[in-house]
Amino acid sequence: MAESALYERIQGIRRRYPSSLSAVMPALQLAQAEHGGWLPPEAFREVADALDLTPAYCLSIASFYDMFRLEPAGETVVEVCTNVSCALAGAQQVVEAFEEELGLQAGETAEDGSFTLRTVECLGGCGWATIVAIDNRHRLHVQASDVPGIVAELRGEGGDGDA
Amino acid sequence: MATPEVVFAGTNGGALTDIADYEAAGGFTALAKARAMTPDEVIAQLNDSQLRGRGGAFFPTGRKWSFVPKPDKLPKPHYLVVNADESEPGTFKDREIMLRVPFRFLEGCLIAAHAIESKHVFVYIRGEYEREFEVLRDSLDAMRKQKLLGSVTIVLHRGAGAYICGEETALLESLEGRRGQPRTKPPFPAIAGLYAAPTAVNNVESIATATQVIALGGDAYAKLGVENSTGTRVFSLSGDVVNGGNYELPHGFPLKDLIYDVGGGIAGGRKLKAVIPGGSSTVILTAEEAERATLDFDSLTSLGTAIGSAAVIAIDDRCCMVQLGIRVSQFYEHESCGKCTPCRVGTHWLTQILQKIEDGRAAQPDLDLLLDVCDRILGKCLCPLGDSDAIAVASYVNKFRTEFQEHIDRGGCPLGGGSSLEGILAPVAMHAHTEHPVADREAVPA
Repeated sequence: MAESALYERIQGIRRRYPSSLSAVMPALQLAQAEHGGWLPPEAFREVADALDLTPAYCLSIASFYDMFRLEPAGETVVEVCTNVSCALAGAQQVVEAFEEELGLQAGETAEDGSFTLRTVECLGGCGWATIVAIDNRHRLHVQASDVPGIVAELRGEGGDGDA
Repeated sequence: MATPEVVFAGTNGGALTDIADYEAAGGFTALAKARAMTPDEVIAQLNDSQLRGRGGAFFPTGRKWSFVPKPDKLPKPHYLVVNADESEPGTFKDREIMLRVPFRFLEGCLIAAHAIESKHVFVYIRGEYEREFEVLRDSLDAMRKQKLLGSVTIVLHRGAGAYICGEETALLESLEGRRGQPRTKPPFPAIAGLYAAPTAVNNVESIATATQVIALGGDAYAKLGVENSTGTRVFSLSGDVVNGGNYELPHGFPLKDLIYDVGGGIAGGRKLKAVIPGGSSTVILTAEEAERATLDFDSLTSLGTAIGSAAVIAIDDRCCMVQLGIRVSQFYEHESCGKCTPCRVGTHWLTQILQKIEDGRAAQPDLDLLLDVCDRILGKCLCPLGDSDAIAVASYVNKFRTEFQEHIDRGGCPLGGGSSLEGILAPVAMHAHTEHPVADREAVPA
C-alpha cells in the first residue's frame, strides 16, 4: 500500500520537471523517508518502476550522494561536523563525548537500532561551531559538556514514542 | 556598525519572513520596477552596479546574464538555476540570507528570470539545509497566493550531500538526474546548460543583491564598496574568534578590523597565526599579511589569494599547519567526484603524504613530493576541486615551510599533541578505503 502511494507521489514530483530523470533524486529522498531513513533494495525497484529507470541506475545515483543511506540507520542520526572551523572549536571533543554517551564509535549504528553516530563534512554553520545535526536539524555552539544533556534529551524523546 | 546593509536591509537584525512585513519594508517594488523595464534595461542596471558573483568566482552578474541568447536567437526554453548548494568550508552566508530575507531572494529570482527571459527557475538547495528549504517553500507559497510569480515557475530542488554540486556544471548534471560530475566547457551553460538549453547559474547572495541593485539603482549601488569590488558583502567569520557569524560589510573593509573589532578578536587572548580569507580553497595568509589586507578583490589578489566566497577563517597559534593541511585535504579527497584522475588520486596522495609528515615518518624528499603532487593536479582537471586542495596545501607549505621542515627534522609534530586540530576525525577516515597507504611507498629518490 505504501508502494502505490509512493508511486503516486513520485508522479507528482515528475510533473515539476521537463525531464522525468530529474525526479530521481527527490524520488529517492521520498523513498528513503518511507523506508525509515535508508534505501533497501526494494526502494530502488519502486523508484525505478515509477520513473521508467532501472534499479541499478537509481543505485548509481544514491551511491554518489552522502545523504542517501545504503544500510539501515539508527532511529536517531547524530552527525558531528569536523571540518576546519568546527575542529578549531573542539569538534573532536564533541565526537568523543557522543561516543562515550552513546557507547558507539563514529560511523557505527547501535545494535538496538536506536542511534547512528557519524562525523560529516562542513554543514555550513562554521561561525556557530561546533555544529551537530540531529536528524538533519542543526544545533549550534555545541560543546563537549553539552553532550550528556543532549543525549539524555534524545533518549527521553525516544521513550515517549512519537504517537 | 554604521555600515549600510543592503542584502539584510530592513531586517533590524531579525528576519523578514512574513510577506506583509516584507512588503511594508518596500518588498516587491524592485520586481515591479524591473518588470516595467525591458530585459536589456535590467541587465544595464546590473552592469552599472558592477555587481560580481558572490559564489566565489566573482564573475560580473550583468555580463553573465547578457551571455544568455535572446529567445528569438535560440528558440529553446531558457532557465535560471540558482546555486543554493553552499558548502565551501567556512561559508554559511547563503543560509542566513534564505532564513532572514527569503522574499528578497525569491524576488531576485523573478527579476533575474525577467532579465534572461526565462519562465523556469530551479533553486538547487543543499540537502543539509532543511529549515532553509522549509522557509523558502513557505515563502514561495505566500508569493503564489499573492500571484506574484506571473507566468514563472520556481522549483525548489534539494541536493543530497555533495560539495561538487556547487560547481555549476556538476549542479546541472545533478539537477538533470545524474551523478554530480562536472562537464567539459565549452559549451558554457549560457548556451547549453540545463537540458542543453540557455541557462544562467547564479549564487543566492548575487540574486538577493540583484533585487537591491534594481531597488537602489545600479549607479547608487556602485558607490558602495571600492573600485573593482562594489557594494557590500556578507562575510562569514569563523575559527578562533570570539564572535563568529555573518556580517554584511562594504567591500574594502580591513580584514584585521573584521577579526578584532567586529569579531571581538582571538579567543583567550591568543595570537593570530594565519587567516584563510575566502573559503578553504583559497591561499592562506600569514598574520602579518592579514594585517595589511582589505576585503576586496584587488587587495586579496595582490596578496596572491582570492576573496572567494568571503569566508574568513581565523586560526590562532595553537594550530599545526600540517594538521590543517591534512584536514583540508581529507575534505577534498572525500568530495572528489572521481571523474578526473589527477583529482581523484592526487587528493588522496596529498592527505597521505601530509599524514606521513605529521606522524614523523617523512624524509626530506616527501616535502618535494608533496609539492610535486600539487603541481600534477593543478590545471589538469575539468573543475577546480582538485586545484583547490593543491592551492591550499601548497600555500601552507610555502608560507609555513619552517614548521613543515621541523616536522621532518624532529620526526613529528613540534606542537607535541597540543595542536587545536589534534586527533580530529574526518568522515573520509571513518571509511575503510584509507587502507591503501600509497605514500608509504619509498619516495622517489631526489
